Amino acid sequence: MMPSDCISAALLIAGGIFFLAGTFGLLRFPDVYTRLHALTKADNVGLGLMVAGLALQAESWAVVGKLLLIWLLVLLAGASVAHLVAGQALRTGTRPWKR
Amino acid sequence: MEAVNLMLWTFDTLLGLGLLWVAWRTLACADLFKGIVLFVAFGLLMALAWVRLDAPDIALAEAAIGAGVTGALLMAALARLRASETDEGSAGQLGSEGSDAEPSQWLPVVILLVVAAGLGHALLSLPPEAVGLGAEIAAHLDISGVSNPVTAVLLNFRGYDTLLEMVVLFVALLGVWSLGREIEQGASAPGPVLDTLARILAPVLILVAAYLLWVGAHAPGGAFQAGSVLGAAGLLLLLAGWRPRADLTARPLRLALVAGPGTFVAVAVVTLLTGAWLLEFPPKHAGTLILILEATATLSIGVTLAALFLGGRPRHDQELR
Repeated sequence: MMPSDCISAALLIAGGIFFLAGTFGLLRFPDVYTRLHALTKADNVGLGLMVAGLALQAESWAVVGKLLLIWLLVLLAGASVAHLVAGQALRTGTRPWKR
Repeated sequence: MEAVNLMLWTFDTLLGLGLLWVAWRTLACADLFKGIVLFVAFGLLMALAWVRLDAPDIALAEAAIGAGVTGALLMAALARLRASETDEGSAGQLGSEGSDAEPSQWLPVVILLVVAAGLGHALLSLPPEAVGLGAEIAAHLDISGVSNPVTAVLLNFRGYDTLLEMVVLFVALLGVWSLGREIEQGASAPGPVLDTLARILAPVLILVAAYLLWVGAHAPGGAFQAGSVLGAAGLLLLLAGWRPRADLTARPLRLALVAGPGTFVAVAVVTLLTGAWLLEFPPKHAGTLILILEATATLSIGVTLAALFLGGRPRHDQELR
């Protein structure tokens, strides 16, 4: 195994852990705001790690560029949609969870 | 290798079971909003299944049209349904429908059973070893004008299927338009986030549509995928409160809608008149013809999908006067 393969594997596994944690958060957190928090964390960081891991295996810089573009688009869409969902929840009167 | 195979087998099994489970939940859930969300989730899982079956073209179409645009259309329909319910003061009628069982409810079950029996019979009567047309298509790929076999089949070898699909989409929009006018725009402002998102994403989506259209000649992509991405750009702009100018919704909109099917029909007529079969392209010009057909089809599909989202004929000044 090449060193780049090892780094790729470590990045992909780390990304997988973020997605797993995000899924747990989605299922277990108490309200829509905390769930959004967990979900966007998984999407942004988890996917970033996955893209980094895959970019190391890419055959050309064009592929790296496409992977990066996918990540940036997901960042943009994820953050905006999380904001829209949270804003709508606030407007329709969902109170943020308090201990 | 064994471990990889086992992992793939486990993944495929989980994916298949997950599809069945989500499909059942989509049908069984009483809350329409939840049903739509589950339907979108089903579409995304289905796209994954197509990837696993080595059909990236269908996966792209399923994710873009099946999950994305259809989900948005269903949401728009639900919003309109709720608005009309509150207008008539008959909210909550839908939820109680399932409780009183009428005898006519058995009719769909019987029809479904007959269809299932027919499908089962067709499946069982298939030859055990499917020959397929893969070899035939590969042998004729060099006269099709493109190097992606899927595009070769869709636009050249079986172009009339795609022609009819374009017409189906067009007729669907005519149906929606004949039902009424576009929904009155609500008073709520879209807010800075949605506005900015639409402003950033719309040009990117148009670029992606052009890329998908171009890449369809030699790799997964093509008119329907590109058209649905273009339609998504339209949906996003409409969601952010943008409305086409009145002079654009009259003739230019209608021209954009018929560009795809119109070009297709024109090419079909010309090929018939010049002595060839319907939509039989001369190999020398096949590539150009396919690009023209796909470009106009992309435009029409995108505009049709966005127009469907409006939910009715657009209002314009000429009609209001």
